[in-house]
Amino acid sequence: MGRSLKKGPYVDEKIYRKIENLNAQRKKDPIKTWARRCTIVPEFVGHTFKVHNGRIFIDVFVTEDMVGHKLGEFSNTRTFRGHTNKKEGVDDAAAKA
Amino acid sequence: MPRIAGVDVPDNKKMLYALQYIHGIGAHYAKLILEEAGVNGDVRAREVPETQLAQINAIIDATYLVEGALRRQVQQNIQRLKDIRSYRGERHRKGLPVRGQRTQSNARTRKGKKKTVAGKKGVKAKA
Repeated sequence: MGRSLKKGPYVDEKIYRKIENLNAQRKKDPIKTWARRCTIVPEFVGHTFKVHNGRIFIDVFVTEDMVGHKLGEFSNTRTFRGHTNKKEGVDDAAAKA
Repeated sequence: MPRIAGVDVPDNKKMLYALQYIHGIGAHYAKLILEEAGVNGDVRAREVPETQLAQINAIIDATYLVEGALRRQVQQNIQRLKDIRSYRGERHRKGLPVRGQRTQSNARTRKGKKKTVAGKKGVKAKA
């Protein structure tokens, strides 16, 4: 057993409390968060998070398959605009924005 | 040639190594299987009696995921990462390293054969 397993999953307490609240009220408001390192627990399923990527908040709708992953895994922090197109010699940035 | 776990036909190697020709069985599992079946791993595969082969087969069938089933399982795990649009899934989709390795250089196993880009910094014109 690795040390990280011994320590158990990290779940941001604020988020967890908010979710419990929402679940109690049967509501599903999106939660804005910076806690990308927070593990997704089964209680989160069906909720939408707005996960910060350093610039903007990305909508992440949590499905059952996502349990055990971290919120940050679904909010890309890099901007890749594609490589220059060899034939045309022009930037094909517009192709994939 | 003995047939174990479907199509696999290891032959005049010692049993311990013959088993490792099956996808999903390495040194560790081969040893465990032989221990459980009570077969000496140093015996050549063609000299192992049918009854013992059948027993080995039964043990593998019951306990281990091998060959097609294992390959399918691995593909499903990757497909799941892609379906939930996780970072790891995206890396699989793009054919880039999944576990945080550098990609400015190296990473050729994932990226495939070099695609030379004219005028790229630090790259001398080639071909």
